[in-house]
Amino acid sequence: MRIVLREGRVIDPASGRDEVADVVIEDGRVLRVGVGAAGDAREGDRDTRVVACNGRWVVPGFVDLHTHLREPGLEYKEDIVSGTRAAAAGGFTTVCAMPNTKPVNDTRAITEMMVAKARSHGVVRVHPIGAITRGQLGRELTEMADLKDAGCVAVSDDGRCVTDAAVMRRALEYARTFDLPVVQHAEDHALTAGAQMHEGAVATRLGLKGWPRVAEDHIVARDLMLAASTGARYHLAHASTAGSAALLREARGRGIRVSAEVTPHHLTLTDEAVMGYRTACKVNPPLRERGDVDALIDALADGTLDCVATDHAPHAAIEKDCEFSEALHGMVGLETCLALLLDLVRAGRVAPGRLVDALTSAPARAFGIDAGTLREGARADVAIIDPDRVWTVDARRFRSKGRNTPFEGRRVTGCVERTFASGVEVYTFVDAAEVAR
Amino acid sequence: MTSPLRHLLGIEELSARDIVQFLDTSEVFFDVSRRRVRKVPTLRGKTVINLFYEASTRTRTSFEVAGKRLSADVINLSVSASSVSKGESLLDTVKNLEAMHPDVIVVRHASSGAAHFIARHTRAAVVNAGDGTHEHPTQALLDAFTIRRAKGRLADLVVTIAGDIAHSRVARSNAILLRRLGAQVRFCAPRTLMPVGVETYGVEVFDDLGRAVEGADVVMMLRIQRERLTEALIPSTREYARTFGLNARILERAKPDAIVMHPGPMNRGVEIDSDVADSPRSVILDQVEAGVAVRMGVLYLLAAEAGQSPLS
Repeated sequence: MRIVLREGRVIDPASGRDEVADVVIEDGRVLRVGVGAAGDAREGDRDTRVVACNGRWVVPGFVDLHTHLREPGLEYKEDIVSGTRAAAAGGFTTVCAMPNTKPVNDTRAITEMMVAKARSHGVVRVHPIGAITRGQLGRELTEMADLKDAGCVAVSDDGRCVTDAAVMRRALEYARTFDLPVVQHAEDHALTAGAQMHEGAVATRLGLKGWPRVAEDHIVARDLMLAASTGARYHLAHASTAGSAALLREARGRGIRVSAEVTPHHLTLTDEAVMGYRTACKVNPPLRERGDVDALIDALADGTLDCVATDHAPHAAIEKDCEFSEALHGMVGLETCLALLLDLVRAGRVAPGRLVDALTSAPARAFGIDAGTLREGARADVAIIDPDRVWTVDARRFRSKGRNTPFEGRRVTGCVERTFASGVEVYTFVDAAEVAR
Repeated sequence: MTSPLRHLLGIEELSARDIVQFLDTSEVFFDVSRRRVRKVPTLRGKTVINLFYEASTRTRTSFEVAGKRLSADVINLSVSASSVSKGESLLDTVKNLEAMHPDVIVVRHASSGAAHFIARHTRAAVVNAGDGTHEHPTQALLDAFTIRRAKGRLADLVVTIAGDIAHSRVARSNAILLRRLGAQVRFCAPRTLMPVGVETYGVEVFDDLGRAVEGADVVMMLRIQRERLTEALIPSTREYARTFGLNARILERAKPDAIVMHPGPMNRGVEIDSDVADSPRSVILDQVEAGVAVRMGVLYLLAAEAGQSPLS
């Protein structure tokens, strides 16, 4: 079976391509890419399926470095099946699963179980991220060589910061031995005890304890020094402050090996979204102020923040439908990511090629994952995007079990129309309005 | 006359007109408590539930007295925080109370926004009796009521609020209310107890109590809690009293007819000296008396039938 994606705008930053061209897929791989690559293939040809992509973007399937699939242990929030279906609906064909499951993914057996489950039941590819420390307690290192052999592509204590400088230093050194990126959730917990949202005028108004920027910034500053001195691969999870962006820019200028991600919500929302005690907007790190959002957008545009990651964090309804202080942190992100970020492209803030890079080849490079390109011979992970399609976010239609989105009811422009994973169509957009008709 | 307001969740949601309506209505009830028969039939057949998740003597009693003097059926529910952690969610508690058809739920809760949350899940009118460090609207109303009785107005008065601003719902509600009615507001506290972004309230910030009190019409002191020591926010009550405590010498810098207020409970000798608290300039017990009148006014405006007059 041959699939021909005809005459779409093919944006593949890894191969430097941005032109209207054809993509020919065969046996789950990209057979040919280029202007006229489809030759005279037509709909109705034997064993050939032609997808007209005029006016569409044809891009590599997205790579999410930061997904909470919640399995094992928290399947009432999400599982590998629902999470990978949500990923496909967002154009993601590779997701990296954070280890703060129950039990924590800090051993080979759990990683193997996740990989096996994802292979047999997952809709897209899943790469586990192992914990940095046992139980994510910040003290003893995990068996990183084992974790890597079992399939982990990085280590992280996400949700918890490795605050102890000695432990962080040893983690970086040890991970370097096995060339594993160390992903830091930068938060000095001593500065954020009881914090509910960003520290600022809005938090004061709402009477909610604040999470100051400095709790992130000083961990990032310290970690960059440790990364420089150890030569390890350091990756900053969910940058949220102007300070983080400035520190990263300076570190890159000195040639330090770092990568960093930013989430769609930190690029599009400010702390004012929390007003009215909207628990859907309670997230860690918190939504910050306009100046931070602008700095993050600029840092995404210039590549200082090389990756976009969703920090997709599904929760059950009762974990959000409660008093603000009791509500859990996090929001779902896979299925709304692209539409939100296309706003930045339309506003001229981020170039289309940079956005696609941040969702594909940059994250693949950061974790050394074989994905994120439409080069000939590559696995046929492809997203077809209609950048002009207007739709309404409706959480009831999410593939994710999580409905905790702050974007409910929002009219957005740009959708993932089809997603192919290894040449198999794993998602097709259906317009709710058309279904209603 | 009934208010178009469904709930009283915070001063933030009130216009200057709403505030004046609450104050004027409360004046009508003020005298009821000074009569020989301190009861009017206004809310006969109405049910008021006082749902208190935090310990409170003054506020809970005040609401209870207010409800009873209006002839409402008042039910007090005190829920300790420890039983909450083992017990049902706030949502389930509210759904259960809702099934009993209360007319008003008065709620005090340690979580900011709890009153808003309850209001989203009940048909009853919700009165916020203090939510976390967010708001305490009836306290601000009774403070304004007390100031207006003493000074005849609120506009253009200089009101100094000193103490633990960061953790004070009273300071927040008062600042919003007083600014909305045209008073000047000064905040004074050590920087560790001054919240970030406090300027957005339109208040002046002072580090020195003497300067903050200079020429003030009203000096309102806030309670300092002992936890602030273990949280490394202040070093000692001794130093706090020396630098931010109100004594007669500092009060001299206020206007000669300045009044002294405190929402209680007081730490005598810490944020306020006894000779100031008990002086003729203190209106601290007037505040308590005003509390009953204001809460009667609030319950009346939120729970009375359309066209129901206040005193019959």
